[in-house]
Amino acid sequence: MIETASSGTAAPHYRQPLLGTPFHARSRALAQVDQYVAWSGYSTVDVYTTVEQEYFAIRNAATVYDITPMTKYRIAGRDAVAYLDRLVTRDVARLRTGRLGYCLWCNDDGELVDDGTLFRLGESEFRLCAAMRQIDWLEASAIGFDVSIEEVTERIAALSLQGPVSCAILKAAGLGEVATLPPFAIGRYDLDGIELTISRSGFTGDLGYEIWMDPSAAEAVWDRLFDVGRSRGLRAIGSRALDLARIEAGYLSPWIDFVPAEHAIRVGRARSPLELGLERFVDFDKGHFTGRRALLEERRRGPRSCLVGLDVEGNKPARAALLYADARCRREIGAVTSAVWSPTCKRNIAIARVDAPFSALGTSLWAEIYLNRELVWERRITRARVVERTFFAPERRRATPPADF
Amino acid sequence: MSARRSTSAHDAIVVGAGHNGLVAACYLARAGLDVLVLERNPYIGGAAVSRSLYEGFTYSNCSYVCSLLRPQIIRTLELPKFGLQIIPYEGGCTMMRDGGHLALYDNHDALRREIARHSRRDAEAYERYSRDMIRQCQFIKPLLLREPPDPTSFRPRDLAELAYLGRRFHGLGERRMYDTLRFWTMSAADMLDEYFESEIVKAHLAGSSIIGTALGPRSPGTAYVLLHHYMGDIDDTVGAWGFARGGMGAITQALAASLRASGGAIESEAPVEQILVRNGRTRGVALQDGREILAPVVLSNLDVRRTFLKAMDPGDLPPEFLDGVRRFKIRGSSGKLNIALDGMPTFPAIPAGSPCIRGDLHVTDTIEMMERAYDDWKNGRWSRAPYIDMLIPSQIDPTMAPQGKHYMSVFVQYCPYELAEGPWTDERRKAFGDTVIETIARQSPDFKRLILHAEVRTPWDIENEVGLTEGNIFQGELTLDQLLFNRPLPGWAQYRTPVRGVYLCGSSAHPGGGVMGAPGANAARAVLRDLGRKRAA
Amino acid sequence: MSAVAARYDVVVIGAGHNGLVCAAQLARAGRRTLVLEARARVGGAAVTREFAPGFRASTGAHLLYGLPASLDAELGLAGHGLRSAAERLPTTSLLPDGTIADVDPGPAAIEGAARAAFDRRIARFAGYLAELHARVPPRLGTPDWSDRFELLRAGFGLRRLGRRDMRELLRIGAMNAYDLLDETFESPPLKGALAFDAVLGTNFGPRSPGSVFTWLHRLAGLGAGGGRGLWCPQGGVGALSAALESAARAAGATVRTGAPVARILVEADRATGVELDDGERIEAAVVVSGADPKTTLLRLLGARHLDAGFVRTVRHLRNTGLAAKLHLALDRAPQIVGVDPARLRGRLVIAPSMDYVERAFDHSKYGEWSTAPALEITLPSLADPSLAPGGAHVLSATVQYAPYTVAGGWELERPRLMEALLDALERHAPGLRRSVVAAQLLVPPDIEREYGIAGGHWHHLELALDQFHLLRPTPGARGHATPVPGLYLCGAGCHPGGGVTGLAGRNAAQFILRQSE
Repeated sequence: MIETASSGTAAPHYRQPLLGTPFHARSRALAQVDQYVAWSGYSTVDVYTTVEQEYFAIRNAATVYDITPMTKYRIAGRDAVAYLDRLVTRDVARLRTGRLGYCLWCNDDGELVDDGTLFRLGESEFRLCAAMRQIDWLEASAIGFDVSIEEVTERIAALSLQGPVSCAILKAAGLGEVATLPPFAIGRYDLDGIELTISRSGFTGDLGYEIWMDPSAAEAVWDRLFDVGRSRGLRAIGSRALDLARIEAGYLSPWIDFVPAEHAIRVGRARSPLELGLERFVDFDKGHFTGRRALLEERRRGPRSCLVGLDVEGNKPARAALLYADARCRREIGAVTSAVWSPTCKRNIAIARVDAPFSALGTSLWAEIYLNRELVWERRITRARVVERTFFAPERRRATPPADF
Repeated sequence: MSARRSTSAHDAIVVGAGHNGLVAACYLARAGLDVLVLERNPYIGGAAVSRSLYEGFTYSNCSYVCSLLRPQIIRTLELPKFGLQIIPYEGGCTMMRDGGHLALYDNHDALRREIARHSRRDAEAYERYSRDMIRQCQFIKPLLLREPPDPTSFRPRDLAELAYLGRRFHGLGERRMYDTLRFWTMSAADMLDEYFESEIVKAHLAGSSIIGTALGPRSPGTAYVLLHHYMGDIDDTVGAWGFARGGMGAITQALAASLRASGGAIESEAPVEQILVRNGRTRGVALQDGREILAPVVLSNLDVRRTFLKAMDPGDLPPEFLDGVRRFKIRGSSGKLNIALDGMPTFPAIPAGSPCIRGDLHVTDTIEMMERAYDDWKNGRWSRAPYIDMLIPSQIDPTMAPQGKHYMSVFVQYCPYELAEGPWTDERRKAFGDTVIETIARQSPDFKRLILHAEVRTPWDIENEVGLTEGNIFQGELTLDQLLFNRPLPGWAQYRTPVRGVYLCGSSAHPGGGVMGAPGANAARAVLRDLGRKRAA
Repeated sequence: MSAVAARYDVVVIGAGHNGLVCAAQLARAGRRTLVLEARARVGGAAVTREFAPGFRASTGAHLLYGLPASLDAELGLAGHGLRSAAERLPTTSLLPDGTIADVDPGPAAIEGAARAAFDRRIARFAGYLAELHARVPPRLGTPDWSDRFELLRAGFGLRRLGRRDMRELLRIGAMNAYDLLDETFESPPLKGALAFDAVLGTNFGPRSPGSVFTWLHRLAGLGAGGGRGLWCPQGGVGALSAALESAARAAGATVRTGAPVARILVEADRATGVELDDGERIEAAVVVSGADPKTTLLRLLGARHLDAGFVRTVRHLRNTGLAAKLHLALDRAPQIVGVDPARLRGRLVIAPSMDYVERAFDHSKYGEWSTAPALEITLPSLADPSLAPGGAHVLSATVQYAPYTVAGGWELERPRLMEALLDALERHAPGLRRSVVAAQLLVPPDIEREYGIAGGHWHHLELALDQFHLLRPTPGARGHATPVPGLYLCGAGCHPGGGVTGLAGRNAAQFILRQSE
């Protein structure tokens, strides 16, 4: 039995370093193939049944993904807005209460520390969700600000409900008002006495919601969703299926598509938002934020490399492929960071870092792909084209109210 | 060559069969030289020895941890083939006076949760700390196996080496260049303050900054010592420390076997009286038993003081050089207890089942305690509340104690070479040992009852048995005035000495102490280059 | 928002000696310069104050040693009223047995031959350091040619010492004074007095590695002083500030006292002026702060204009002082056992051995004041009667060590330290206690309050190798630049540190002028 954050009875950390989330008993019951993965100190499911079935449920029906391990911070206090505005690159003052936004934060050199979502829960109360622990950086950033920062990861359980049928399932569960929630909005709801916060957000690029609750309510909410969702094709999904969906949506994953700047050991490995193609999330006009001067300088100079989308010929994912300017592979110009065959787009897609001169849309490159064919390695030099990194962006993602099923 | 041949002639003689002497001998033998290693003691190993001083027990009675030994040396000299096995620690722990503890674990999440018990922020700051240490290690490590350049010289080799150093430094990028400058000049206490808020976390990490030094954790320069101890790696895990199966003697035994396999010879109980010099170059050594053994090359594994003040005729050396040797800082500050235990002692502060007990154990829970321990040393006393680095290797290594019994190694900081109250006597040694035993007993109620035998070693004993001047475990303090191109003396940092054919291959030379082997390997390279150049000429 | 009063090219925050030097230099270069001083009088910690009715003392620095002769000449300070009351003050070490030791160099010096050779060599090293002091440090690893030139210049200066000296400097540069002096000399009083000089005003004991560097730092100042040695102006150290103010005014600068700056104004990521406590705003193209870096950057500017990593660096700058200052009003001239009247006008030190100083330092590590403190004592009124009523005298002493925070708090401990100091003095000057009319003891928190120096450190920031040259005040700051364009630092927190040298102010002015070219 794995210890859950709230139970406090099970083995000590030196015997069992990973915690289970409040959904652990439920997810374990559905996990048929016993594949787990460590995420921020929690043991979470990597695959429940098969990656393909789980993936298609995201794009075709609805899925539940346990996002409790996401690191969550409550940021509040008189200077909360000023603090966050100095921390992240977007204009926090313009984020309205009851809204959330994707945001980035950089170090002094303008290199990406991490990205995450920022929820404005009140005039000066926020929640910041990030893939990795941040307290060292968040507290360093708090010097000189009247603000309190508290990690609340263990106090909030969360499920991500994603897929075209997700709204219908919430309605069926008795949360009909959710239908009016526009993208990036947050609502508070009552589910038979259980207090829920629901935000219209997610990491799949599809219609979806994230449901935030007290850990004690976790199993009841899970059961309720499955009670009404099972007949609508609701499935629990693991990290592998989600990864497929997030690549299609063009979202970045730390350690895969970029090295978090505060963890980079080697010189020149960290990346700036400009290099990652995230300039639209950087507001240079809002006043000072950490990294602004370095980013301005970089913008003036032009970034060294860019993270782009690639459309690769053939159907073999270009995982970890090196990229070249020429078919003879004489000039190396970058490398693929994420690659999959997109089952929805029916394209062989990839996210790749390329030297800046090769980042324009339409640029033709060559990828060096190695294929293991029954223990015999085959090297393929395959043509790839620079394309928009958002490979899949269905209309239903934005529709309010969402279509009914 | 001279007509007078005494007993035998060799291509090279190594004085002292410590690990560096053996490493140097191995490299020379592998290059085809006829090498003889002379050892004064009846056993080889210098300070890397396994000794049976109590029935059924094996003590690593000087050095006790294997981490700095360069992987390139292990590999080139095929030490695993000759029996060397290194097993990493599973953790480490500082027991606190209030009954609490801080453990370090291998597992990343266990470690984070452990530190978070004391400070949530420190648990994450630890990652920043590790990152910065690794960054600094990456800069320094390649320098360990290189000859430091003489910054005052215009010789092409020195200029090239300086340029290499400059390029590497420049390659760090602006920010990290400053970090490096600060790391080299800061105190460990100030450095740790930049990362951590919890006193126990700082105290645990600061331990490495004072081991073997004549400095306190608040003395500038100790951040480097901390780094020096962090430079080890086992199987590519940076900063990992490990046990040598069979004790530290396993390392020197493997080196000896490697040496013999490449045709080198070792003679023990052969104390060298003097390194012989004629016309500014060496011709071999004279032994205390009256024999003379000739060789055009003599490498001294002895420290710089002993080499030039005891094993050579001062008349053979320039006076200014001798002045430098005399002022070389080599103060002893560490003691050692080796204890045979009738069973496994219990430590109530450590939770049952925690693997940290199989790592390094400490009882100093504040930096102030360490600093006060240092003040005692400054005043010519052993620390009343010493910093100890305690290990029970027999938990992992079945060869070190009989079944059910245990061997405990206790390294003690600080203990002076000379006491203010007078010379070391048996009573004073016993009193020192009792201080240490009481210190441990405060964390282990059954510890004293289990003691079967205890060997107590003061710096004075270490000097007398091992030959390290003043009992300094690094063969010279690791302060900036004695590091890199200043080690051992400015202008003499390239293993060569004023006497042609005489080389230093011990820890007195760059990069300094710890069971690293780098000085030996570098000295051998210098010898081979000089020989090659001579042949070419 | 209140009306904008005036527009200047440069506003200098703080009329400490560095601020005044900087202002004078900028004004001489034709910049419309305004100096704003929070207090009623200029001078910062280089002041002469009445600490008891009729008794005045240099309540901050009480001796000068590092004012470069060249700066004096540039500003023509003699023409602005600066007169020396006493020069080349001898140093006398008071020993526990009631005897004294003359620890000065010279024909009769203790261990004369060794001393002479050592002093010559050390002076060459100090000379090299003085060259570094007089220049703005470079940044590392930039493509900027001026940085590379400065680095090469520093390296070349080192080489120019010659091989033997270069090696020796590289050896001793980071060493502790204790070991170096022990290698060189025998006499405990000599070593004690020299080691005391090495650690005076620092956070080091003689055994702390780096104390040779702090000593060289002091000697570099002495060497640049043009042979005046330790000296004191007529009217106390405040007279220097008065002369600097006069020089600055003569050059065209405006000096306003009683004008405390509340904050530095920033618009579009550029410093545009300052706002005073009363809300008055003053615009300027350039703002230069003579305040310490923490006060300037964290309080006057504010973290929100700076990057988080930089703020963390600033926060970690070590800035707490370890020296206290004692001022006694005496109703008659003190009699000090064994000290003749000529030496009495000089500098007296209680630092009989290196171990004595080290033990005094040990206390400070644990938040205690030294029960047997090391002291630097002057009796300025002997040479300058203007400081005290007729027949009465002033004693001014620097006390090592008194930490910023003491267990128990200074309210409780200040009188105890005072008693301990009077006891220590009484041993060498029997009857002194009875002649004390009034007494003042400034411990680091008092110095912080009196002079507005956060932490109360002489050098604003601890002087140590990891906070020196291109690492001072923050790594890569080029000494004076801040991340906010238009805002510069000119105080002792910059390279080359404090000690009433005016160099930080002069270097800052040069830097600012070069930047605006």
